Amino acid sequence: MLFKTLFAGHERGGLIVMLAIVLMLLWVSIGNLAVPASSSWHVSTYTVTILGKFLTYALLAVSIDLIWGYAGILSLGHGAFFALGGYAMGMYLMREIGDRGQYGNPNLPDFMVFLNWHELPWYWYGFDHFWFAALMVLLVPGILAGLFGWLAFRSKVSGVYFAIITQALTYALMLAFFRNEMGFGGNNGLTDFKDILGFSITENSTRVGLFVASGIALILGYFIAQAIVRSRFGRVLVAIRDAEPRTRACGYPVAQYKLVVFVISAMLAAVAGALYVPQVGIINPGEFSPLSSIEAVAWVATGGRGSLFGPIIGAFAVNYSKTQLTTLAPDLWPFVLGGLFILVTVFLPKGLISLLGRRKKPVEESETMVINKAIKQETSVAADRKTEVL
Amino acid sequence: MLSVPNESEIIGDRVATLAPGQPDVTHGTILYLEDVTLSFDGFKALNKLNLTLDDGELRCIIGPNGAGKSTMMDVITGRRKPDSGQVFFGQNIDLLKHQEHEIARGMVGRKFQRPTVFEALTVAENIELTLLGPRAPWAVLKARSTAAERDRIDEVLTTIGLIQLRHQPAGILSHGQKQWLEIGMLLAQNPRILLVDEPVAGMTGEEVARTAELLVSLAGERTVVVVEHDMAFVRKIARTVTVLHQGSVLAEGSLSSVQSNPKVIEVYLGETPCSH
Repeated sequence: MLFKTLFAGHERGGLIVMLAIVLMLLWVSIGNLAVPASSSWHVSTYTVTILGKFLTYALLAVSIDLIWGYAGILSLGHGAFFALGGYAMGMYLMREIGDRGQYGNPNLPDFMVFLNWHELPWYWYGFDHFWFAALMVLLVPGILAGLFGWLAFRSKVSGVYFAIITQALTYALMLAFFRNEMGFGGNNGLTDFKDILGFSITENSTRVGLFVASGIALILGYFIAQAIVRSRFGRVLVAIRDAEPRTRACGYPVAQYKLVVFVISAMLAAVAGALYVPQVGIINPGEFSPLSSIEAVAWVATGGRGSLFGPIIGAFAVNYSKTQLTTLAPDLWPFVLGGLFILVTVFLPKGLISLLGRRKKPVEESETMVINKAIKQETSVAADRKTEVL
Repeated sequence: MLSVPNESEIIGDRVATLAPGQPDVTHGTILYLEDVTLSFDGFKALNKLNLTLDDGELRCIIGPNGAGKSTMMDVITGRRKPDSGQVFFGQNIDLLKHQEHEIARGMVGRKFQRPTVFEALTVAENIELTLLGPRAPWAVLKARSTAAERDRIDEVLTTIGLIQLRHQPAGILSHGQKQWLEIGMLLAQNPRILLVDEPVAGMTGEEVARTAELLVSLAGERTVVVVEHDMAFVRKIARTVTVLHQGSVLAEGSLSSVQSNPKVIEVYLGETPCSH
């Protein structure tokens, strides 16, 4: 029964991708922990971390697709929510260091000692507890998205104007976090983490644990997004995307709908960020850079917006190419990314997934044509009858 | 001068039998417009317009460009408020006191000239979103489609003749089918009055005939008002025709009486309207 409600009317590609992720989780965990390093089946910890990072990127892509693909809200500042989630997690990890920092101060993180601070700022209170940090991972980006969205959607800011102000948002946050006075480590950000929930962060098993947690978060995030999209709420979102004034005329409070989905999406992005930070071992203001947000949108466009599994494929494909290419020719990457964005927009407007669906399409279309023809015939018969009566 | 009682003046058991929001049509009239005037920068788009619609009738409204047809529809649907005059729905509901979205739900449905349907959604889903029901995000998120709703969707789709296309995306529909779907979306909101603006513009002959049939079948249960330039179409469906000119009614009556009215002939520059 549960199975049925979960999967009824589900996009098939999505199920295949979910299955692939589960298999990847199993294969990589076993390959890293159980297979000896001498075997050719062994999966290196480096690979585990890279794939874990990709999984969090994929969740970020899903969160962007939820608003862009379904509600038509293009956010070019979603990296801000990702980074805020990352900072909340980073603050917890900093507090976990305790007196093991270079200065050995049990009360203050290293960078504060370095800045000659004597007291912990009030906004660091509570981050010694994991549950508090986890709550903040959701709340801080959620509230920011709520305020920002409320102001924007209430004034009917949409389309390219909305995209521009989201860029401004993430840029402003970047500048703010660069300042040492903010109390978030300034330029260097938060780093040198030791452990998470008592597990050493450099340990293989912790790495695999974080990798699996990222996979589970992605799967959950995907199903949450899927549930939203498949509900009547989701159909209203699509209606807003395609004909906003008409939807408003039907009595739907459009701004509220956009606000709700924007906040949910920001929270998904924040969870991705929170899982990203312990795996890469650092969070700094660079994560707020407008370019990273645009890059994330490029993953969605490449994979295919408007299906929730397309962005997952896109995030993996683009980032895999990026890792390969940056080791070969790091300077080339921005050009490749720009070129990719142009090529996809021109030749594959529906993204990589349209390559998969291409074989099926003609059949569907001919079906509709047959039905249309049937209806037409019926109409003409009705029209004939009508003229006879007259 | 029509005697239109105010809402507060109505007392006694007659009102008690009416559900809130239900028009009182004991005198057989569903819509009264009295001395409605609306001007834009001194130009009187509506000039002491008087119009009454009988409950369940099918009325055609014609008139040259700038006669005030669109402005009249704006006033009836609450989109614009007139400078002066009264607009009553039944004898008891003052439409000027209601917001546009309140009027759209259950009172007056308006079909705009260009069809706008939700192209990515299926035909049935288009109707589903317009059904009367919750509109707030949380309520809609929790909403599950009920059997009653599905029946209502089927009923509307049967009326507009798109039942076989119910699972198809609305984007693949022909122009005429989209117009019917939009009429269906209005029907889903269960309006007493249906305002239809140039429904057959750009339709094929077949589609025009089918649309005429549809609109005629809708009258009776509802009041249908058609604003149309296509005189051949008007002739097909009209019983009573109202001619608007410079913001007020120039003539009213059967199509033939209107067409032979010298004032109407003069307005149409000596031509009969049917030569359009």
